[in-house]
Amino acid sequence: MRLEIKDLHVHYGKIEAIKGVSVVVNEGEIVTLIGANGAGKTTMLKTISGLRPVTSGQIIFDGKDISKVPAHERVDLGISQAPEGRGIFPGMTVLENLEMGKFHRKNRKAEMQEDLEKVYHLFPRLKERVSQAGGTLSGGEQQMLAIGRALMTRPKVLLLDEPSMGLAPQMIANIFRIITEINKTGVTILLVEQNAQQALQRAHRAYILETGNIVKEAKASDLLNDPAVREAYLGTGAH
Amino acid sequence: MKIRNYWNLRDYGANIWENAGRPVRVAIVLVSIVLVGLLPFTGGSFLATPIASFDAVLVYPVGMFVLMSLGLNIVVGKSGMLDLGYVAFFAIGAYTMAILGTTTKLNTWEIMPIGIAFAMIAGVLLGIPTLRLRGDYLAIVTLGFGEIVRLVVLNSTWSKGPNGIANIPMPPHIGPLKFELENQRVFFWVVMAMILLTIWMIRRLSVRRPGRAWEAIRQDEDAAELMGVPTLKYKIWSFTLGAAVGGAAGVLYASKNLYIAPEMFTLNVSILILACVVFGGIGNIWGVVIGATVLGYLPDRIRFISDARLLVFGLVLVIVMNFRPDGLLPRKKREKAIVKREANA
Ligand SMILES: Nc1ncnc2c1ncn2[C@@H]1O[C@H](COP(=O)(O)OP(=O)(O)OP(=O)(O)O)[C@@H](O)[C@H]1O
Ligand SMILES: [Mg+2]
Repeated sequence: MRLEIKDLHVHYGKIEAIKGVSVVVNEGEIVTLIGANGAGKTTMLKTISGLRPVTSGQIIFDGKDISKVPAHERVDLGISQAPEGRGIFPGMTVLENLEMGKFHRKNRKAEMQEDLEKVYHLFPRLKERVSQAGGTLSGGEQQMLAIGRALMTRPKVLLLDEPSMGLAPQMIANIFRIITEINKTGVTILLVEQNAQQALQRAHRAYILETGNIVKEAKASDLLNDPAVREAYLGTGAH
Repeated sequence: MKIRNYWNLRDYGANIWENAGRPVRVAIVLVSIVLVGLLPFTGGSFLATPIASFDAVLVYPVGMFVLMSLGLNIVVGKSGMLDLGYVAFFAIGAYTMAILGTTTKLNTWEIMPIGIAFAMIAGVLLGIPTLRLRGDYLAIVTLGFGEIVRLVVLNSTWSKGPNGIANIPMPPHIGPLKFELENQRVFFWVVMAMILLTIWMIRRLSVRRPGRAWEAIRQDEDAAELMGVPTLKYKIWSFTLGAAVGGAAGVLYASKNLYIAPEMFTLNVSILILACVVFGGIGNIWGVVIGATVLGYLPDRIRFISDARLLVFGLVLVIVMNFRPDGLLPRKKREKAIVKREANA
């Protein structure tokens, strides 16, 4: 299930947020997209999941151009996004949020229990809070719920938008460990992050996005040692 | 705040309902229906309205407001779209009845499905291009739609323009029940039946997939789409169901009033119905029923103070909304949990 983005352009009104980006995510990989605030990371993910329309360019998934397919049908194809920040249903319980992930699955009845167990296994905290309203969870718990809910759709490619945002340091390490674990179960991952250190350690390959353009593409481990990258994104260039 | 707990009628009611077995529930429902059905016979009591006859007030505004508020609540309360042009569907139903009733031999019951169908078609036609819009934009477009419908009937010859359409036939009798203008209790029972049907429909949909989809859309539309909910389809459904209820109310209204004119279908009606929904409690069926009953009944009950009437009406609105900003009987924050337990019971 290769995901290939070819010469993608995306606009907000007259403003061009993505200016001709090409990205490849191979089956089984963790690919990370790193960039500063406003670089266009969220826009990229929203365009891949179908929430934003494409101006021009192609999104090729499993050999087909899906750039005209509506978002809710891309879920059926196997693309699932855990939205940035608090993208959960605040008035639904944890369980109901997770159940929403099965909304459009044909075998939802049969799959439900099995997939709930899988999510609870990854995030034991969610199991303790099944009947708590999503909106009353802590920021970190909401993040777990957003990822868990995305997993309920049985994605082939999981799009994660800043999963470490607002988390305590030990929680960040934990989330990244879980991301690797999810990847090991065969889910391809496109990870958007500002926490470049952790993202580069976990990912196979990385792209650097600056104001709508890809300025660098390399193996993640290479970027970790790249002085320019260290300076700009790891804040350790001077050492 | 302790006081709020004493005021929590919703939880009190929900508790009784949930702890009751099936026979008790059936009994509660039947007794309530009979009691409400007997209302037209209480015109001699303290409930009486000073100027309009009580049974007429029960049909319009009270019954009609309840029916329309329930319809609007599907759109505003369930799926969270602000519709300021709801009167358009009421007008479409009413004009369908007026025109077909005066030019063909069809009776009210035969015209009813046609009126509902026209309202629903209008709902779909308006919904497809506009429901992609969100929040304020949608409110403005629907507001415009309401005005367009009114202006079209005001300026067309087939609708007899500002003169309106007179001599609309009354509904034919149902068995021994005859419709009369002097005593409108049969009209009231018909409105009641339509209200019950609407409540039944909303409750069934709420515990099924459409209810879940609407709930998700209301809470976070993008997230709903990401979960595979075809949001546009479900929004159009909710809009169209709301339109159907408005159309049905319109058909009955025309057949009761015997005369309709464009000035009956102004923006005021949309706003008033929205006020009923908000006043009662957005999203909660019973809140909406109570809100519409109070706002429909109150102005007629206090008609004896004539000029100060609307002032008092406004004051009540302001005071109540200050103390209960979520309405008289607000939706439960975690409404879904209750609904689900019910479905399993
Ligand atoms: N709804 C919108 N309307 C107009 N402009 C927008 C909108 N959303 C994003 N933008 C603009 O598009 C650009 C890219 O935004 P985007 O949200 O993709 O950035 P990001 O890389 O995710 O940033 P962050 O790290 O802060 O989340 C920014 O300049 C932003 O101002
Ligand atoms: Mg972002």
